[in-house]
Formats: sequence, structure tokens, C-alpha cells
Amino acid sequence: MAKLARRDGAVKQTRQLTDYFYDPKVRGILFQVIVVALISWLVYGAVLNTVNNLEAQGIASGFGFLDRTAGFDISQSLIPYENTMTYARAFWVGLLNTLLVAVLGIVFATTVGFMIGAARLSQNWLIAQLATAYVEILRNLPPLLMLFAVYFGVLKTLPSPRESLALPFSSYLNSRGLYVPAVHWEPGFGVVVASLFVAAICVIAYWAWARWRHTQTGRQMPILLPSLGVIVGIPLLAFLLMGMPLSFDPPVQGRFNLTGGIALLPELIALLVGLALYTSAFIAEIVRAGIMGVPTGQREAAAALGLKPGQILWLVVFPQAMRIIIPPLTNQYLNLTKNSSLAVAIGYPDLVSVFAGTVLNQTNQAVEVILITMSVYLVLSLLTSLFMNWFNQRMALVER
Amino acid sequence: MKQLVRVAAALTAGVLFCATPAAAQQSSVLETVKSRGQLFCGVNTGLAGFGAPDDKGNWKGLDVDLCRAISAAIFKDPNKVKFVPLTAKERFTALQSGEIDVLSRNTTWTMSRDTSFGLSFAGINYYDGQGFMVKRSLGVVSAKELSGASICVQAGTTTEKNLADYFRSNKMEYKLVVFEKLPETIAAYNAGRCDSFTTDVSQLYAIRLTLGKADDHVVLPEIISKEPLGPVVRQGDPQWLNIVRWTLNAMLNAEELGVNQSNVDSMLNSDNPSIRRLLGKEDTFGAAIGLDNDWAFQIIKLVGNYGDSFARNVGAQSPLGIARGQNALWKDGGLQYAPPIR
Amino acid sequence: MATNPVRSAAVNRPRPVGPSGLNAITQWLHQNLFSSWGNTCLTLLGGALAYWVIAGFLDWAVWHAVYTGTDGSACDVVGAGACWPFISAKLQIFMYGRYPTEELWRVNLTYVLALVGLVPLMLPRVPGKIWLTAYMLLVFPVVAFFLLTGAEPLGLPVVPTSRWGGLLVTLVVACVSIAISFPLGIILALARRSDLPLIKWPAIFFIEFVRGVPLVMVLFFASVMLPLFLPEDLTINKLLRALIGVALFSAAYLAEVVRGGLQAIPRGQYEAAEALGLSYWKTMGFVILPQALKLVIPGIVNSFIALFKDTSLVLIIGLFDLLGIVQQAVASDAKWFSPQTAATGYVFAGFVFWIFCFGMSRYSAWLERRLATGHRS
Repeated sequence: MAKLARRDGAVKQTRQLTDYFYDPKVRGILFQVIVVALISWLVYGAVLNTVNNLEAQGIASGFGFLDRTAGFDISQSLIPYENTMTYARAFWVGLLNTLLVAVLGIVFATTVGFMIGAARLSQNWLIAQLATAYVEILRNLPPLLMLFAVYFGVLKTLPSPRESLALPFSSYLNSRGLYVPAVHWEPGFGVVVASLFVAAICVIAYWAWARWRHTQTGRQMPILLPSLGVIVGIPLLAFLLMGMPLSFDPPVQGRFNLTGGIALLPELIALLVGLALYTSAFIAEIVRAGIMGVPTGQREAAAALGLKPGQILWLVVFPQAMRIIIPPLTNQYLNLTKNSSLAVAIGYPDLVSVFAGTVLNQTNQAVEVILITMSVYLVLSLLTSLFMNWFNQRMALVER
Repeated sequence: MKQLVRVAAALTAGVLFCATPAAAQQSSVLETVKSRGQLFCGVNTGLAGFGAPDDKGNWKGLDVDLCRAISAAIFKDPNKVKFVPLTAKERFTALQSGEIDVLSRNTTWTMSRDTSFGLSFAGINYYDGQGFMVKRSLGVVSAKELSGASICVQAGTTTEKNLADYFRSNKMEYKLVVFEKLPETIAAYNAGRCDSFTTDVSQLYAIRLTLGKADDHVVLPEIISKEPLGPVVRQGDPQWLNIVRWTLNAMLNAEELGVNQSNVDSMLNSDNPSIRRLLGKEDTFGAAIGLDNDWAFQIIKLVGNYGDSFARNVGAQSPLGIARGQNALWKDGGLQYAPPIR
Repeated sequence: MATNPVRSAAVNRPRPVGPSGLNAITQWLHQNLFSSWGNTCLTLLGGALAYWVIAGFLDWAVWHAVYTGTDGSACDVVGAGACWPFISAKLQIFMYGRYPTEELWRVNLTYVLALVGLVPLMLPRVPGKIWLTAYMLLVFPVVAFFLLTGAEPLGLPVVPTSRWGGLLVTLVVACVSIAISFPLGIILALARRSDLPLIKWPAIFFIEFVRGVPLVMVLFFASVMLPLFLPEDLTINKLLRALIGVALFSAAYLAEVVRGGLQAIPRGQYEAAEALGLSYWKTMGFVILPQALKLVIPGIVNSFIALFKDTSLVLIIGLFDLLGIVQQAVASDAKWFSPQTAATGYVFAGFVFWIFCFGMSRYSAWLERRLATGHRS
């Protein structure tokens, strides 16, 4: 409707009915009225039908079910959960599991994606071809198929719990997951944490000083090694001084499974691997496009100034490429978060599986449960978009 | 681009019908079914013995036979049924929304479903209970030994709760893995993800057959819950409820009276008043539920009695080979006791 | 990434071969694989990785694969690779589901009719595009609908959609969704760019809502909630509901792609069209949209590829698309039970999906190059 309302200069003294019909303004209003009427008609009909369908048969409705006892167990929970707790609690367990997969998945996918993206532009012909093959194979396969293949493929190759694969640090790997020792903090551990904070503050202060000195005198101070030394050294010292206030609870062989320790479920691992593989192929393409979008002149100018190749990459190319990369990257992060709902197919207890799965089945309150679940994803999407927009703006400001 | 017309038509129809919700006034289900010429019956998406299509696409199973029996009673034709395969998640909304007329999909009769879901259970066509299956090589002989085990389960409705209750009351630990659909659950159990697979025992027997070497797996003797499975209808139409209920009862009574698919024609001449009433030779029970008087005759002639259906689908003549057990007639020591047609 | 990992793609291609063949090859090898120590290391590592992956796959899929057998026991051998007889035994089910064997010609005829229309449409040089488009939009859908579902008066027995399956369902869902979502996406994009607030805001709401939720939830919505919204006497079959869900979902994504194209059209084009006295619809239909759509062809094809891959999600609501039917066969077919059945099934399904998606992406790249009329330059 961009330019409909522009021709109102042609004013006539006597207007026919047809003139009104051809008046863009009138037409615009008419059009809007029709659309609104159509939409309200649909919504009204849907609501009325639902109410009819539900109330005619005395079906329970409302959100009161959230306070009822759930009565089922969940295989992985980041907060304390038992089957005597409420459906609302189960909802939070599912939501946190979704967030866990989304955050870890984003980290892995980004790491792999940037590596593959850079590899596609490598001077080395073979590496570039391998990266191309990686991208072309993975992004043309359905993610659900990859999840099935990874999950059932990996399960088949892993040994049974009785023949667990022993790994370093009393960790074990078997078809029930990756078992690592659980860490228990003992009283003095607070001091270690505090010392870590102190070290971090020291490092930041040192950076500020080094930068100031750099701008003042033009001399660069070594950054990496001193920072590392401080950030590892001080807490390590505190840790030793406090008498190593940590204890480990290693997994032990039980009749069916290993007990004790922390188990990373195979469902979680498969979901992470599957999502990271799939999304990384897209991120790689975004990174490649971003880097190629930086004009060659920028690189040549930087080289002319005598910057080393690594410096050209990190100081000139990447910051500019990031501006091209971030918007589509945001979309990929959102896609990954939404794709994490495929967990429902391979038994990982995410929000869809726990809430829109078991809770829906038990309470049969489809309308309420699906509304809640959809709203959660909407809010997650909006939050991610907002954060990335903010980040994007910051990047843009820094550059200009 | 296929089906474009159909989509457009359906969307338009949807818009039109949405706008006229008043049209959904309560007409009787029987009238609707008759005028449509077809019974819409909700069944499992694929559970051998209860409701599954064979390679030619013909639906077979105990639950499917019940649908065919209703069709036979109404239309004198067991094939005027449209089978609507439903997942566990969809089944109740499908019934509530009128997508199907009757749900015959191994559904457990519980109080909450009977009261707050707007549904009515018409009877029990299979007495089931939840049990466990384990790999024989584990050497487990009782569910009581399963403490610490990983257990695979399909996201059902009563299954997960029963499991939690059983382990809690026996003070045992377990690790749960829940899948949305059966194929994934089976695949995970097969791949060694779980020590045990739990669901209704009848299903365990059906699933065991799909596991390659069925003898490598045993179903444990413990039954941890009551799962009375039966057909369900919407609340609010007593006549329709009666038709479904008495179709099932007629099949049970026929078995009890010794009337089966092969002898039903000769039984028409029987002197036994119970048989005469069943087959519509005496009284007018058909009219009482809005059907013809030979309704039960048609059921037995075209589908068979309960025993015929059981043997054919899950019993001795089927690959599942499940014993009658609790599903034997009351006079044979089972629980199947149908109210008389009198 | 030893020295300079960043190069433009133009430099990335092999250099033109010089005067002497052998010399040129060594020179190429030196420049592209062994230019430095780091580079040599990378080449060796990459070579080892490539060898390991390719040789491992060939070992499994070709050298050690089982080619004949009548059931799973043939593949249940130590060290056996892919179980190909499983695929050949199940091929009909994977391709058509439980569509009656004697009626399969109808499906195949539909495919042929689709190809007859699509292939010339996709080749830019072939004349008569208008007739082909009319055929594809008006004639083909009707014929295909009656061919696939059946028409008693014409002697075609009805085949209920519950008997459809495998690749047939995948293609039906994908094609119908594309056919619905493309025009819908354009309308939504135009609505979102409209000056009329009551047109604009519903469009924004719809697009952002749908883009914010996972497809699984949309499908659950379509399969569980939609029936509640409709009156009792109207039922839409499950395949159709899934179709509507997938189509609406992909329309929202397409709308954003098209909007990108609309935004890229210079203001002068709108103004010029207006100066010519064109109405809004004529401006859009003859001036703006042809340019905008051409600009975003890669984005549109990417949306179609995504949609094609997403059709596999319908298995979560109990429909048997290609992946769903393969998954069911590998999980619960006792006859073909063997350690390699599942892997073989997944590789087969993956191969089929990959061919379609890769084909589409290559076609889009080719079209993009052909249509590059240098709008901006």
C-alpha cells in the first residue's frame, strides 16, 4: 500500500459513487475493514468452537492443573525434582533442560562453524575442499535424520555398562552416557572462589594500564602470559593453602548402571552433536560470506601498514566481518534453539518432551499446555533477538 | 501442487464453518453416522494385535474388530469404517472435537478420564496391566530386582505414573528414558540404552515379536497396575454410548452362549431364549438402541464373537499367542462378565 | 591456517596451467598444498582425515556390504557392512508407503506429469512459459489430486491418505506446502510493508509469532488443537492438517525473505511506476515484485530446501514420511533385524533427502548466475 494515498490532489466538486471506489484512501480503509473483519470472524469462530467443544462435555480447563502433583519422573534435571512435585516444577525442569541444550549447542556450533568457515577460505586447496564437502553434505540433510543417526548410531557402538570404557579422571563411557566424578565443595572452597575474583580484577586493571601505556608511549606490554599467570596462579595458590578443599565422588559399578558421579545422558550428547553439526554448516557459510564481504582493499591497506597476517585477520578483517555476520548468526542461534525441540524424538527431556509431551498427555489440557509452550519459545526468541540487536549495535558503534 | 484444490476447499470450508459455530447443535451421533454412511473410528497408529494395518493396508486387531462390529450393527457391513490412526497425544482431542465417533485404541479406563475429560467409557474389551520386559541375558527374573535399572517408556498417560508409583512404593531407584513414539522407544531398547522396557503387557508381547530374536527377551511376571482397556465415546449421547456398550456386550454374550461366526446361521433356530433374544428372534432390543433387530446377528455373522476376535488377533491363532488369562469369560475363571441381554 | 587463511574466492581457484604441463602441476601443488611447513602439515592431516572417512565409508557401503539375502540373517555376519537387500526388499514401502500395488501407476503418472511441466519451466530458454505455468497451476493440481486420491466415476478406486507413505508423502507435503506458502509469503511480505496499520500489524504479528515457535509445536498445534477450533461436523484429515501447518510455517519465513528483496528495490522504481500512473497492484505486479523476487531467488530456494528437510518432522505427529517409514522399518521389523539395518536405512534416507536438497541448491546457484543482470551496477 506504499503509495496509495498520494493522489488526493485531484479534488472534484461532485463525486460519483465510483469515484469513492477508486479513491485510494477509501479503498485502503475498505481493505483494512475487510481484513479485520475476516480475522475477527476467524478468531471468534475458533474461540466459540473451542468453548463449545470443551464445555459441552464438561472438560476441565484453566491453569489450575499446574499446582497438581506431577507423579512422573524426569531423567535429567538441573534443579531438585521429584515425582511428588507439581506440574509447574516439571515445567521449569523442562525449560532449563531446553536452555542448557540451546546454550551448549550455540557454543559448539559457533566454534565449529567459525573453524569450518575459515577453512573454506584456506589457501590450502585440500582443506578448503574438505570444508566445502562438510558444508554441502551437512546442510542438505534433515536435522531429525542426523539426530536419529547420531543417537542410535552412537548407542550401538558404545559398550554396555558392564563393559564401560574407562577414561582418565575416573570417568567412564558406556551406552548409558558419560560418567564423570561429581565434585563436592568443602568449607574452604569459598576462599578459592574469592581469590579467582581478585585475580580477575587484577588482570582487568593490568589490561587498562597496559592499554593506557600503549596509547601514551606506543610501547606494547605483554598481555597474554602475565594475565594467564595471574588468573591461574592466584586461585591455585589459594587452593593449595586451604588444603585442597574439594572432594570427588567417582562413579561406581552397580548391578545395571554406574551409580554416583554425574552422568551426561547419551540423549544430551547426541542432541548436542546433531544440532552442532547441522548448525555449524550454516554458520560456516555465514562466516565465509562475512569474511569475503570485507573489501580486499582493507586487507591490502593493513598489509601496507606492516601488520602481520594474524593481526590483519584479528584486527582488520574479523571486526568488519562481524558486522555482516551477526544478523544471520542471530537467526541461526534462534533456529538452533527451536530445533532443540527435536529432542522429543530422541528422548531428551526438554520443554516439549516434558511439558507438551508427558504433562499434556496426563492432563489432556491441550489448549493451555500448547499455549504456554509456544509463549515460552516466543519469549526466548524475542530475548535472543533483543540481545543480539544490542550486541550488533555495540559492534557497529565500536567500528565507526 | 497436488491437493491444492482440496486445501483451498477445506480452508474455505473452515472459514465458513468457523463463522457458524451455532451449526454445531447436538444432533445424535447415530444420525450423523448413518447420514454420512461411514463410522469414524480412532485406532492406534500401529500396534500388532490391537490396531495395525497389514501390508495391503487392511486394518486388523482386537480394537479394530470392535469398530467393524459397530459398523456391522449399524450398516450390516463391517467395512463402512474409516480408521483414523491416532497418537496417544491426539486421541482424546480427536474424540472431543468430533473428528471420530468412537475411540477404540487400547485406552485405559480411569476416573479422571471418565469425569473431567468429557468422555464416557463404554466397557472393557481387554483387561491389561503394566509389566516389564528385559533382555534374557541380564538374568533378571523379577521386577523387584530392577533397582537402579534404566527403563525405556513411550510417553503414554498412565505408564510413567505407574512406574514412578511402583518404584517409590518399593523404595527402589530407576532411571527413566521417555520417547514420544514407539519406533524410537523400541530402537533405544534394542540398542542397549535401557535394561527394561515397560508398558502394558499385551503390548510387550506384541513388541517382543518385532525385536528380531524374540526369545532373547522375557516379560517379567509382575503386573504393576490395572489397565482396563476399552472403547470411549463423547459424553452427552446416551444412545450412542449404548450402541457401543452393547456391541461389545453382544460379542461377549455370544461367546458365552456358544454362538460364533460359523454356527450363527443355525443358531437362529435355537430354542434357548437367551440366544433367541440375542439374535433378535424375541423382543425388540435392537429398536431399543435405535438399530434393526438383527443387529447382534450381523455383528456375529460379519465379525464374530469376542472369542473369535481374540483368538484371531491376539490369541492362539495369532503370532502374539497371548493366553486368555484374565480375559477369559467369567465361567472359565476370567474377568469378562457381560451383563445379559434381557 | 598457518600463514594467511583469508583469501578471496577468485584467488582460491587453481591458477591457469602454464606452458609446461608437469611443471605447472608441481607449481600448483606447491602453491596450493605445500607452500610452507604449516601448510604441508595441514595437507597431510587433511589427507589422512579424508582417506579415513572415504575409505571407511567405501569399506562399509561397497567392499564389505551384503548384496543378497532374503532376511536380516544374511546381514547378521561379523564384519558385514551395509545391508542393501533390506533396502531393495523395502523399496516399494519406502517410496509409496502402503499405496496399493496395482494402483502405483497413478503415483508414477503424477510424477511424470509433474516433470513434464516442471522441467521446461526450470530451463530458461524454453518458450511458452505462460502455458506451462497455467498447466502447473490450474491443470496439474486437479489432475494430480484425482489421480492420487482417486475418483470413483472415472474408475479410479479411492486410496485413503492413511495408506500413503514414504517419499510420496514427503513430496506431497513439500510440493503442496511450497505451492501454498509462496503466494502466501508474498502477500504477507507486501502486507508487512503496507502503510495501512490494520494490514501491517496483523502481518507482523503472524510472521513474528510463527518464526518464534518451533515447527514441532506448530505441528502439535495442528494435530491436537486445530480439531478443537473447528466445529464438530468439519474434520480435516491429518495429512492435510500437517500440510497446513508446514505451509503456514514456511510462509512466515518466505515473507521475510521477500521483504528483504522489496527493501532492496530503490525508491526510484516505486516513484517511476507511480509517475506512469500505475495502480498499487500493477506497480507491485509488473515493476517491483519481478525485480525483488529475482534478487532473493537464493533466499527463496533456501527456504524451499529448509521446508523440504522440515517435512521429516511430520513423523513426530505419527505420519509416515520417508524418514518416518524408514525409522519404523529399522525399529520394528523383526524379519530384517540385524546390526547394520538401522545404519543402512538412515544412509538410504539421507541419500534421498540429500539428492533433492543438493539438486535444489545447485539449481538456485545456476539460476542466480544466469539472472545476474547487475541491478546495482
